[in-house]
Amino acid sequence: MDIRVQEAAFDVGAELNSFTARAAGAGAVVSFSGLVRDVNGGLRAMTIEHYPGMTEKALTEIAQQAVTRWALADAFVVHRYGQLKVGELIMMVATAAPHRADAFAAAEFLMDYLKSRAPFWKKEETGNGADWVAAKDADEDALKRW
Amino acid sequence: MIDVVYFAWVRERIGVPREQVETKAATVRDLIAELRGREERYDLAFSDTSALRVAVDQTLADFDAPLEGAREIAFFPPMTGG
Repeated sequence: MDIRVQEAAFDVGAELNSFTARAAGAGAVVSFSGLVRDVNGGLRAMTIEHYPGMTEKALTEIAQQAVTRWALADAFVVHRYGQLKVGELIMMVATAAPHRADAFAAAEFLMDYLKSRAPFWKKEETGNGADWVAAKDADEDALKRW
Repeated sequence: MIDVVYFAWVRERIGVPREQVETKAATVRDLIAELRGREERYDLAFSDTSALRVAVDQTLADFDAPLEGAREIAFFPPMTGG
């Protein structure tokens, strides 16, 4: 398991190659990457704040649950903080399992949980000013299916 | 003494990211009531606890969580990772 919280950009291709190389014996690797999306009014910047210490702990617990539940060969999470521009990579998860169904399900589980259980907060700066992104009820509801 | 930390708009409303608080509050809810009585900025930040989440020693907790033995309490809005 590899969990990283960092300000620096990362190379999604290099990370996926290295994760795949480490996932020896697994038949399936699934990855998801999240980018900064443009918004109405034009996004000038997104600032991501997090809770150092708790973030790493929460992500590790979430990934550990996924590894146990789907008998994953490996799991990877990288999530950035600091100031980002439209199109920049925010985060990435990857899962490795013997079969694709488990790898897909585990990746979705990781995404659902890290959206509303990992202590990150996004602030969007647009032409209309700066405001914190509100959590969606749908994100909380998404946890119920697990 | 207990460390109290704030994130996102809670930090902005209160005006500091972290402070030490002398308290005898038994639960998170009691601590909130104490803080609200101090100054208007706290009263404003804590006026709607349904919009808040709390962590005790870096683990999500509820407002009835006991503070005995706790070292760090964090208040923040619902998380928006991913």
